[in-house]
Amino acid sequence: MTNTTSTLEEIISQEYQHGFETAVEADAIPRGLSEETVRVISAKKNEPEFLLEWRLAAYRRWLEMTPPDWASVHHPAIDYQDIIYYSAPKSQKDGPKSLDEVDPELLKTYEKLGIPLHERAILAGVAVDAVFDSVSVATTFKDKLAEKGIIFCSFSEAVQHHPELVRQYLGSVVPVQDNFYAALNSAVFSDGSFVYIPPGVRCPMELSTYFRINAKNTGQFERTLIIADRDAYVSYLEGCTAPMRDENQLHAAVVELVALENAQIKYSTVQNWYPGDKEGRGGIYNFVTKRGDCRGAHSKISWTQVETGSAITWKYPSVILRGDHSVGEFYSVALTNHRQQADTGTKMIHMGKNTRSTVISKGISAGHGHQAYRGLVRIARAATGARNYTQCDSLLLGDKCAAHTFPYIEVKNASAKVEHEASTSRIGEDQLFFCRQRGLSAEDAVSMIVNGFCKEVFKELPMEFAVEAQKLLGVSLEGSVG
Amino acid sequence: MLIIKDLHASVGDKPILKGINLEIKAGEVHAIMGPNGSGKSTLSNVLAGRENATVTSGSVLYQGKDLLALDVEERAREGVFLAFQYPVEIPGVGNVYLLKAALNAQRKHRGLPELDAMDFLALVKDKMKLMEMNETMLYRSVNEGFSGGEKKRNEILQMAVLEPRLAILDETDSGLDIDALKIVANGVNSLRAPDRSMILVTHYQRLLDYIKPDYVHVLAEGRIVRSGGPELAHELEKQGYAWIGDEPAGAGVKHGS
Repeated sequence: MTNTTSTLEEIISQEYQHGFETAVEADAIPRGLSEETVRVISAKKNEPEFLLEWRLAAYRRWLEMTPPDWASVHHPAIDYQDIIYYSAPKSQKDGPKSLDEVDPELLKTYEKLGIPLHERAILAGVAVDAVFDSVSVATTFKDKLAEKGIIFCSFSEAVQHHPELVRQYLGSVVPVQDNFYAALNSAVFSDGSFVYIPPGVRCPMELSTYFRINAKNTGQFERTLIIADRDAYVSYLEGCTAPMRDENQLHAAVVELVALENAQIKYSTVQNWYPGDKEGRGGIYNFVTKRGDCRGAHSKISWTQVETGSAITWKYPSVILRGDHSVGEFYSVALTNHRQQADTGTKMIHMGKNTRSTVISKGISAGHGHQAYRGLVRIARAATGARNYTQCDSLLLGDKCAAHTFPYIEVKNASAKVEHEASTSRIGEDQLFFCRQRGLSAEDAVSMIVNGFCKEVFKELPMEFAVEAQKLLGVSLEGSVG
Repeated sequence: MLIIKDLHASVGDKPILKGINLEIKAGEVHAIMGPNGSGKSTLSNVLAGRENATVTSGSVLYQGKDLLALDVEERAREGVFLAFQYPVEIPGVGNVYLLKAALNAQRKHRGLPELDAMDFLALVKDKMKLMEMNETMLYRSVNEGFSGGEKKRNEILQMAVLEPRLAILDETDSGLDIDALKIVANGVNSLRAPDRSMILVTHYQRLLDYIKPDYVHVLAEGRIVRSGGPELAHELEKQGYAWIGDEPAGAGVKHGS
């Protein structure tokens, strides 16, 4: 026990080394949002002047904005003065002391997903020995990446060590005034990840394991910026296949991707935040702005997402196809069960010549789940030879769920080819009976049928992630049969 | 193997089976024939446990167990197999994946170790030769884009892999041309075994030219009205089902005892 305690102390003190200068008791500010809040956050993070100004500009824009009301989701109004906008990274004393204190339902889920024991503790917020693990893991990875000139660190670190890169690219894809939540995030963002891949470098590993163990508790206003310089390649995995214990209800993250000439970014997400209980109580509101900019010719950005968590998801990972011959892809599986709501899709903005985009969206609704696919394909006047293919399939389980499709297509160049296919189907009693007659349990059968439905998307996920995503769908659908 | 006693079942409010009595011993092949609407498919569904048919009275003993008390998948794992009249398509689910999942679910139930991918492939490829199936069919989605003949062959392949104790073949001959029928019948015949019983549900006598039943039962209006040997099928072939109405109802006739 003494050992553990001293390890904990070590870790807590390490956190201070990384830019938190004040004592832990003082490291939270009162509820509410004002210009002063923004200044305090920036000061606590010891940020350069340009970033404070940027945050303030965002805050002032936000004041003039209203939350979007067009999404097909329903929730009570959010009181933005009732949120604490800054608290130090959560330390162990906030969380449960051991797995015994964690909701047994959550633990059962981890077991079914095959999450290793030590990781279960981290995910549940216990984080004892495992933090020690992750520190060493992080160091190993960082050395390897540094050899290639790759920068992979927390956003706060990037601000301190690479301010010129942050200044050049921050807000260049998602401007502060882009939308209500993006403006809010820009004003008060807490932390997140920063990646820079230098010209000609192919990132030698999926930036995943590290992330899964480390970048938690980055707070509810997360900011991620990934830059792939000329001829660079990176595959980035975000998220967590097991449900995260999380105290914050509203999450408004912003992710910006920049691909320069001939660069490629593959961004995969498996999001399984707490969806609320069966009656729809609790659960995360996940209002995210994710956008990639294919800034250089022949660049490529792929989004792959598996969304099974959160009470409400509002999310449209998009690609601006600015460079000629650039390619944008969006592969999505979204599942809503019980009382979950999701309004998700993508935007493909074709500006360069001969740009191509592919959208494959698979929506699954069960229980009282409610979801909408909302997709925009815009072909600008200059985008000669642009092509888009969109396929949008919905699968319904039971008769109380709903699925909607809202495709928006704007074409201003006559040479463009835009295809849209949509289908809605129901898991048939016949399919279920057939599988059970062969000896599979009803739940395994549903999981198998749903996984078959999602196959085109799963094959885009990195292998290890795909396996977990499949299991996750099975677990998320539990109780949706019969 | 199977003892059906005074079985009544309804679909919706409509009584379909009105007192079926039948006993099948290990190793026997029984054909159940009858006109459309006589209750043949309902009987198959009741035995397999499909929920659209409700048993209102009667009992079914299978290997000494109350079959009707078991869930669909429990019956399957206990060795009850239904070859479907209309096999369903499952997009995106590989044929080989379904087969392996099914076999391992059943092996697990029986306390046997699950087969790994290599052993399983060896087994299934062996069975595919029997059904004269191309191996590429393993990697296609279950029944998706299969021809009628391929679907039926796929059903018998599943039967060959799962090695049931009681196989119910529901109109397996429907939609087959003569060549496909021969292949399917060969497959079924090769699966005849002293510890395996079969029920062939069919409208036509044609299937019985290739799979010789031990007993033939005629089902009409929810009852077995005639039972006999293979010659009964030929009689039906000649006279059609029209004469059934003139016969006294033969409910309660027992065979195979």
